[in-house]
Amino acid sequence: MTFLNRKDALFILLLAALLLVLLPMVLEPFRLNLVGKYLTYGFVALGLVLCWGDAGILSLGQGVFFGLGGYCMSMYLKLEASTPEATKIQSTPGIPDFMDWNQITELPLFWQPFHSLPLTLIAIPLVPSLLALGIGFAMFKRRVGGTYFAIITQAIAAILTILIIGQQGYTGGVNGITDLRTLNGWDVRSDHAHNVLYFINAGLLLGCLLLAQYVRRSKLGRILVAMRDKEDRVRFSGYGVADFKIFVFCFAAALAGIGGAMFTLQVGFMSPSFVGIVPSIEMVIYCAVGGRTSLLGAVYGALAVNWARTSLSEAFPELWLLALDSLFILVVVAFPDGLAGVYRRYLDPVLDRLLPSLRRSSLAHPSAVLPVEPVVSAE
Amino acid sequence: MAPETDYLLAVEGLTVSFDGFRAVDDLSFYLDRNEIRVVIGPNGAGKTTVLDLICGRTKATAGSIKFDGAELTRMREHEIVRAGVGRKFQTPSIYEDLTVFENLEISFPRGRSVFGALAFRRDSEVSDRVEEVARSVFLHDQLDRSAGTLSHGQKQWLEIGMLLIQNPALLMLDEPVAGMSVSERVKTAELLRRVIQHRSVLVIEHDMGFVESIADKVTVLHQGRVISEGSIAHVKADRKVVEVYLGH
Repeated sequence: MTFLNRKDALFILLLAALLLVLLPMVLEPFRLNLVGKYLTYGFVALGLVLCWGDAGILSLGQGVFFGLGGYCMSMYLKLEASTPEATKIQSTPGIPDFMDWNQITELPLFWQPFHSLPLTLIAIPLVPSLLALGIGFAMFKRRVGGTYFAIITQAIAAILTILIIGQQGYTGGVNGITDLRTLNGWDVRSDHAHNVLYFINAGLLLGCLLLAQYVRRSKLGRILVAMRDKEDRVRFSGYGVADFKIFVFCFAAALAGIGGAMFTLQVGFMSPSFVGIVPSIEMVIYCAVGGRTSLLGAVYGALAVNWARTSLSEAFPELWLLALDSLFILVVVAFPDGLAGVYRRYLDPVLDRLLPSLRRSSLAHPSAVLPVEPVVSAE
Repeated sequence: MAPETDYLLAVEGLTVSFDGFRAVDDLSFYLDRNEIRVVIGPNGAGKTTVLDLICGRTKATAGSIKFDGAELTRMREHEIVRAGVGRKFQTPSIYEDLTVFENLEISFPRGRSVFGALAFRRDSEVSDRVEEVARSVFLHDQLDRSAGTLSHGQKQWLEIGMLLIQNPALLMLDEPVAGMSVSERVKTAELLRRVIQHRSVLVIEHDMGFVESIADKVTVLHQGRVISEGSIAHVKADRKVVEVYLGH
């Protein structure tokens, strides 16, 4: 596989061992389920590495895509939980309870596809990508970028939250979609199900990481970096710059959607509190803390920040937001490349000295955890 | 309809105004195949704007730019590039975070759509061509070096190399020797004399010694209009040119 050198492969294996062997061995089921929840943000962070780290497109609205993926999954689960027998006390049996409370008597058309599991699985990456396609088309074709783009994505996050809360009868409103039970007949609430879902989630995350690495190592990945650097030069080398931005934005949206769906499955509900401005900015912080130019860094960042959040908010609930913001400022000021940057600067040279056989395959210049670098020396 | 001509580039009645200021005013000129044309003129004459208009960076207010039968004023930047127009910017415009090899590879004219770029393979055709071009711009022993660490002159050469690998029918260079040391300037002149063969070239340059050494024809711009055009000797003898430009 030309898109992985030996060092990349080693570090991905280490992550796989941590997620698939070590953590399940040492953590009690409750904590493991929490880690599974943290990892769902890893999907978003992977997308942000490509979109923000590589292409320089800062989106402050990734929660929108995370939420859409999560809502797709929760709509399916809700429909399965709303059988006519289970809802026979409602005035209209067979529709989700919150619809009944809001005097809706018929399942809305946009809910219909979510009776089908295959359609739901397709919708999870597709719906976020389609929205990203629309936004990307409108913005990038008009050459809207930088801060303006970030502000617009943030506005979209606010709009979607307001829309979901306002349309209570169709969306479950501020409470979200709750009381989810089974996935195709399989109870997702048991400890055993949580355990299985944890492994599915971790496996999917590793798969998405490899896919993202493939994209970064293709010429497309180098064009993204080139665009961040000198957009005009890319344009005047014959590339339609907007198309590349739209692609990477859609790709990041699809990853976020998968993360959202896995979140819903493991946490058991979806609500607008995972969609809006604050969660969207937090997702950017995970990526920044981990290192926005490193896929592995982004996954570790999502893990570490969420772990810290749980520990801190258990001990000092009021301090958490303050701590998160201080962390972000600290990272921006002192470690602009996040955890991955610290690794590259201090640990990587040591590792190269200890294990010279790894260095041979990762070229001479200072290597990254998962750097975008040429494979040219192999030929 | 103007009669079909054999000109590679035909600019007619080209006008662009920015908030009422006419940076280029009813400009017409014709460029033959394999002709080397140098555009000179005082600062603010509209030289760079003309290149911007041809490559689509600036949209014309009026007029037409015909290139090899295609109307460029209606095309988008990357389509103009694909039609065969290459543009070098005044300050070196390269990808500092990528290596010299990758800079040249991105400019290789293949896999320029999103999915083409995903499927792009670095085969021997690509690496041979990259090495060949790197050799011609004196960078063949710097292929793995990060482009940001090159000297100013080397960056200029790299950008010229990035254009060469596209093999454009029309090459546009904006002050290619500005800011170079004397030895770099000599090497660049030698490089340009080699690369301008078999293609048309439109150069903006202030260095009159350099202009004399490469130009077939010179066009003098002043306040967005052509005030003189012809051979070096003709232009230098033109009273108007001496007045607005050469006399300084």
